[in-house]
Amino acid sequence: MSEEKSAPISWLFKMAWRDSRKNRSRLLLFTSSIILGIAALVAVYSFRDNLQRDINDQAKLLTGADLTIDSRNAIRKPVAAMLDTLGDQRAKQLDFASMLYFVKSQGSRLVQIKALQGDYPFYGELETTPAKAAKAIKNGRNALVDRTVMLQFKAKPGDSIKVGKLSFAIAGFLDNAPGQTGFSTTIAPVVYIPLQYLPETGLATFGSRIHYSYFYQFNQPEQLPVLLKKLQPLMDREGLDLETVESKKRSTGRSFQDLSRFLALAGFVALLLGCIGVGSAIHVYVNEKIAAISTLRCLGVKAWEAFFIFLIQITFIGLAGAIAGAALGTGIQFLLPVVLKDFLPVEFTMQVSWIAILQGILTGLIISVLFALPSLLAVRLVSPLNAIRLSFEPVQASKEPLKWLVYFAIFLFITGFSYLQMESWIQAFTFSGSIIAAIAVFYGLSVLLLFLVRKTLSSGLSYTWRQGFSNLYRPNNQTLMLIVSIGLSTALIATLYFVQGILISKVSLSTGKTQPNMVLFDIQSNQESSVAALTKQYRLPLMNQVPVITMRLEEINGKNAADLAKADSLKAQPKGDGNQRRESPGRAFKGEMRATYQDKLTPAETITSGKWTGRVNSPSDKIYVSLDQGYAERINVKIGDRITFNVQGMLIPTIVGSLRKVDWGRVQTNFRVVFPLGVLEEAPKFHVIMTRVPDMKVSAEFQSQVVRNFPNISVIDLGLVLQVLDELLGKISFVIRFMASFSMITGWIVLVSAVRSSKNQRLREIVLLRTIGARGGQILRITAIEYLFLGLFSAAAGMIMAITGSWALAVYSFGTAFQPPVVPALLLFGSVTLIVVITGMLSSTGVLRRSPLEVLRKDS
Amino acid sequence: METILNIREVSKSYQSAGTSLTILDKISFSIQKGSTVAITGPSGSGKTTLLGLCAGLDRASDGSVELNNVVLDRLSEDQRAAVRNRHVGFIFQNFQLLPTLTALENIMVPLELRGEKNIRPRALELLEKVGLSARGDHYPVQLSGGEQQRISLARAFSNTPAILFADEPTGNLDGETSEKVIRLLFDLNKEAGTTLVIVTHDMDLAARADRIIRLKSGVIISDEQKTYV
Repeated sequence: MSEEKSAPISWLFKMAWRDSRKNRSRLLLFTSSIILGIAALVAVYSFRDNLQRDINDQAKLLTGADLTIDSRNAIRKPVAAMLDTLGDQRAKQLDFASMLYFVKSQGSRLVQIKALQGDYPFYGELETTPAKAAKAIKNGRNALVDRTVMLQFKAKPGDSIKVGKLSFAIAGFLDNAPGQTGFSTTIAPVVYIPLQYLPETGLATFGSRIHYSYFYQFNQPEQLPVLLKKLQPLMDREGLDLETVESKKRSTGRSFQDLSRFLALAGFVALLLGCIGVGSAIHVYVNEKIAAISTLRCLGVKAWEAFFIFLIQITFIGLAGAIAGAALGTGIQFLLPVVLKDFLPVEFTMQVSWIAILQGILTGLIISVLFALPSLLAVRLVSPLNAIRLSFEPVQASKEPLKWLVYFAIFLFITGFSYLQMESWIQAFTFSGSIIAAIAVFYGLSVLLLFLVRKTLSSGLSYTWRQGFSNLYRPNNQTLMLIVSIGLSTALIATLYFVQGILISKVSLSTGKTQPNMVLFDIQSNQESSVAALTKQYRLPLMNQVPVITMRLEEINGKNAADLAKADSLKAQPKGDGNQRRESPGRAFKGEMRATYQDKLTPAETITSGKWTGRVNSPSDKIYVSLDQGYAERINVKIGDRITFNVQGMLIPTIVGSLRKVDWGRVQTNFRVVFPLGVLEEAPKFHVIMTRVPDMKVSAEFQSQVVRNFPNISVIDLGLVLQVLDELLGKISFVIRFMASFSMITGWIVLVSAVRSSKNQRLREIVLLRTIGARGGQILRITAIEYLFLGLFSAAAGMIMAITGSWALAVYSFGTAFQPPVVPALLLFGSVTLIVVITGMLSSTGVLRRSPLEVLRKDS
Repeated sequence: METILNIREVSKSYQSAGTSLTILDKISFSIQKGSTVAITGPSGSGKTTLLGLCAGLDRASDGSVELNNVVLDRLSEDQRAAVRNRHVGFIFQNFQLLPTLTALENIMVPLELRGEKNIRPRALELLEKVGLSARGDHYPVQLSGGEQQRISLARAFSNTPAILFADEPTGNLDGETSEKVIRLLFDLNKEAGTTLVIVTHDMDLAARADRIIRLKSGVIISDEQKTYV
């Protein structure tokens, strides 16, 4: 039909531009809700890109060598001889946990001893103070000691330390070593000594848990892949691990991928919150535009053209928000390395990542348009008749099929985005489903809270109270949306706080007054009675005395590692999460394990299936062992299966007699495999003794006595572990809070934006109230009461969610009781309410300062 | 004389609380090109609904509406929008200027919608005709009610419509301003030769039209043609 000429596209853009002129500050306020979310995403993306680049650039410094060969077991002589021929330069290191004794201060601490021979690292260097100290350990009985330990015991270069039976002079502070992070040194501080003195320490004896490393430098590293291919069968046979610069790049990248995924998802939650805010504000905006839209429709603008005018407007405003967010995010990325510095393995360099910026802008643009679409689609349904009617008909779009299509697109986008972060559809659907479920729960809670208060609110209350409360129901109110966004951010913050408390209290509980707080291990059989006597001498209780036998798996149901590996390779293994828990046969057979023997179950153990056997009476009896149920699942054995263990060369056939549930959280020795009495008594073993020291003074004295008398024995002071754990949790929760703060601030911006966008709705009534004589104080009271209810509802909904979530986590994940910390919870509840009231009041006072006439005229 | 609007057996009813509410009941009349017609009646008589149907803003429940040789009954909303843009002008009781556009831009909108070029001189000419050439850059909120309605008149005539619908054009104005606006409306109409349909309950205004159609409870109770001696 010739009549059906469409408006020129350029005119749609022109109209969008013109219409935005008077609303620009308001639209920018809407879009400010997404700025922080985008900023968080861009910061995380930039950080990820920069980190990956740094890992790629500095991977050689992480490994310190072109090739590293590792083994947890002593390497056979012919293999060691072959290893000594590889590479153009080579170095060797044996590392193990041992006590370090400071002669001057008489202090001792469990450290990681690294006995080094050769010029490792070949790339980068051991950073020491003084710098020449790194070389000093090659020229004599010198040691490099981790800076934190040096400071702890107030030691200085030149002081003496004792490692096992041998004394060393401290050459200097060890500041950094290849691949070392802030945290790795807190948990296991490192001490370097020359390898040539290791035998004299007496620590490298049979049964010591030593980790062997061979480092190589190649003048032509490009030939390495050929060599690796040749070496691989030998490595597999001998149970040796290989690490190259490339594999280090991949593994380091992977571990930080998890961190950046988590950070990106946290940023995405903030962005989603902002988008809910934008969607809701656009809804009010469109409803206020009905008059203008119906006039345009009268003048001949088609339904889709009217829609496009506002779509163009929102797209550009979304783009502006996304660009502003990207700019802010590029700035914020400078903060992330400060927040994460203790976790980073490489020296972080900052560069603007244009890809991250582009990704952020694109995400912001898509998501702001998607969330605005449900309201924008309603523009098409505005009837031109509204222009000649006295009252405007609200836009009825609930039955609009396109709206449901948009909701579906939003769900797909959230799921798709999550998939890009998690690379697992199950996790992505779980994440997006959880987000939607959380929003639905908040929505339901808000409706319920409103309903309950409405039912219980007395009609005898004063006018200001009734008016303030009823404001929450007014047409175009944003009550539910505000409760969802403020409540969700409150819930996030509160849950993080509660979970941190649960973890700390769980650990504290484990080290409670009746629990052991010191573990002595690597006690040889001939030392057992002397150590027990020394413990008693210090009037310390012997709380747990357990023999530990090192062994490995030889056969399961008559099949050894090679048979099982072959059988597994023949089976077509479907990919998926279900198989991930099962250990590969190679892995199950490769590692050494530590088992014990006992006639009774400990309090941490419960039999879940089969029958417990505590003793074997005759050598000809069958040996029934008990397995931890998780371990049995991983190596795929059940009750009645036959397992042969190799105990230091002696093969011991056993039958799986029972499966146990083990509470690994308890501070005591727990084992995957438990033998009955009468089997392993004569096997080579060491012992573990647990005790409880009353204070730090006794702890220090007892430890130094143990180290002096029995240099091979290691002591773990759980008080120190708790302190480290507390510090670690503190830092992790700081990172999480840093990301959660984006959601918190976004929630607040959504609040400001919502108050502003619904202001026009309020103006007329406030002016009317003032015209008929309401005092400013009364109007302020009404406003305060409205926001008080809003704040109370949001904070209550958030707290209910946080307490329920934390309780579920405590009971089902951490297996502990949960008691919410009352004072912090009340403080958070009060703060959120107060912030909402203050924000609402500040946004409304402007109306009171203007004359009713001015407002009426502007509003007309 | 040629017919520009032909209404045949038009009815309009709404579903309200489960019952059918008839607003217009089998209305028939036709309007000749160039004439001025007033539709009057008490509140609730169906005047505004009738105007909505005549201008293609709404669809009749029954009967047929033919505007400038285009039968509107089966046209989609967008097709009717195109007809409005080409043939129809509007003047509203509450002016309905687009609040985010300046006075001049409001006048230009119907022409821009058609994709016409060089429209600014035409808009400025109309602005001058309504006596507001100095206020072209002002937004509606900066104009008085009378000024807003004069801008509304200029906008209505900007696309030289074949027919102009005015819904209570003086309903929101005082007596003196009303008189100025009405004089301007009739002058512009005469100059452009447009057909004018005014919905009003102001009998003084209705008396200025060539013909007065009176409605009551959804039916025409009288249809008087002014005779010139």
